[in-house]
Amino acid sequence: MKNVALIVRRELGAYARTPSGWIIAAITLLFEAVIFNAYAVGAEPRMSTEVLLRFLEVAGGTTIVMAMIFSMRLLAEDRYVGTHVLMFTSPVREGEIVIGKYLASLAFITIVVLLSLYLPALIFVHGKVSYGHIASGYLGLVLLGASTLAIGMFASSLTNHPFLAVLLTGGFAALLEACWWGALIADPPLRDLLAWFAPYYSHYQPFRRGLVQLSDLVFFGTVIYFALLASTRMLKSQRWQ
Amino acid sequence: MIVVDHVTKYYGSHAAVRDLDFRIEEGECVGFLGLNGAGKTTTLRLLACLLLPTSGRVTVKGLDAEERPHEIRKLLGFLPDTPPVYPEMKVRDFLRFAGKLRDMTSAQVEKRLPAVIESTGLSDVADDLIGALSHGYRQRVGIAQAIVHEPALLILDEPIQGLDPVQIVEMRQMIRDLRGKHTILLSTHILSEIEQTCDRILMLHQGHITAQGTEDELASRFGGGMAIELVARGDEERLREVLGGIEELTEVTVTPGEAGTLRVKLRAASDVREEVAKAVIAADLGLLSLARVTTGLENIFVRLSRGGAS
Repeated sequence: MKNVALIVRRELGAYARTPSGWIIAAITLLFEAVIFNAYAVGAEPRMSTEVLLRFLEVAGGTTIVMAMIFSMRLLAEDRYVGTHVLMFTSPVREGEIVIGKYLASLAFITIVVLLSLYLPALIFVHGKVSYGHIASGYLGLVLLGASTLAIGMFASSLTNHPFLAVLLTGGFAALLEACWWGALIADPPLRDLLAWFAPYYSHYQPFRRGLVQLSDLVFFGTVIYFALLASTRMLKSQRWQ
Repeated sequence: MIVVDHVTKYYGSHAAVRDLDFRIEEGECVGFLGLNGAGKTTTLRLLACLLLPTSGRVTVKGLDAEERPHEIRKLLGFLPDTPPVYPEMKVRDFLRFAGKLRDMTSAQVEKRLPAVIESTGLSDVADDLIGALSHGYRQRVGIAQAIVHEPALLILDEPIQGLDPVQIVEMRQMIRDLRGKHTILLSTHILSEIEQTCDRILMLHQGHITAQGTEDELASRFGGGMAIELVARGDEERLREVLGGIEELTEVTVTPGEAGTLRVKLRAASDVREEVAKAVIAADLGLLSLARVTTGLENIFVRLSRGGAS
């Protein structure tokens, strides 16, 4: 646990001291603000709930993309510049490295997600939505980011090239969402099975509508657990390469 | 301290090292010498528990590298060919982080830091960002992170690579200062580095150990010998007669020097400089200079690297 805390502190410090994290955060927030104004609010009169739903629809996508880009900083960048050697020649377990790096990037992403809270808050200027709906939507955003980051951690454990890690994360994320498209043309029970794999289309949508369901929480927890477990196994296996 | 028992490491179908078998005792400073691609880095990475052998066994202080890497890592400090430093961190903060990663408490790190910073010559840049440092200073930070927890075993992979001549001299001195405090393994393809810093040499070529021992042991075993050049005044025949009485000399070449002097090139299986000096002075031949001119190690290295080892 001591090592996890040490790694989290160092990684968060690195995010804070280098421009790349802030640049990604700024672009994400700027994009969300523009989309909120142009797409969610729009030119035509809309119900407050619809504005929130449209904003969360886009924010889900931007959170996935942001988490994909952050995945290059997880393990691949360390290996690319050679700093992984410090960790792997220290008495630190592979699982501690994975969890430490994951928690730090998750904390940073959560901060960026929460920084956009002023946008749904603007709805209260001329309308009204439930606080619970906003909280549910933001919990969904954080879980969507957390699961994409975990998948990114696994992708990052497969390669030494940060850019390739981003592409792999995008590939894995797209594959999971493609299951939902597959479900549209499949018959039961395959339809239900395929639909279950899609984080955005199947499991984020209830959060977006203000519903927090145990089944969705279990799904995101499962993805995160297995992706981090697979990343740890990959790191351990690298001694054999 | 270290036992490498018939270790082979394959990358795919390529054997990076093959049937390595050696021991390293506590407190030794051992140099791994070989051309690029000889297997030096793979060997050091196997010892640092970064890699596992395809076959064979590595133990450090009786701990098996495959089964107990975590315990071995507590004992070692490692400087790879590229220093593992975070450019966005300040030197002092980075060393704190490296110390704590090696199970040091905050109090232990704070107590140890001044000595580490002083011994690695980082005092002037201790509060600078690592990213703003020159390659030489980054290399020093790399050494500092490797010794911050006072490891029993220090592994340095090409520690002088990319350094300018002044930095090389400083780095060499730093490594010499570390001798006695740690068991040191270092790799290089630069002969003078090994000669000036190590007690024992392991020569690697194409993944095999082609020779191992002290410089003198290698010289006597592989006949590289020692070359000596002396300048004397006197009669050539008398000089040849005197030198002929020294049995260890295997080759004597006399040529006329400046102002009536004689320039003599000698080759011997061992260091006979003292005997030669005594004999020449006793014969009243006017010894003007006597020096070792070429290293036997160089000859051995070239020979073994060309595949002359048995």
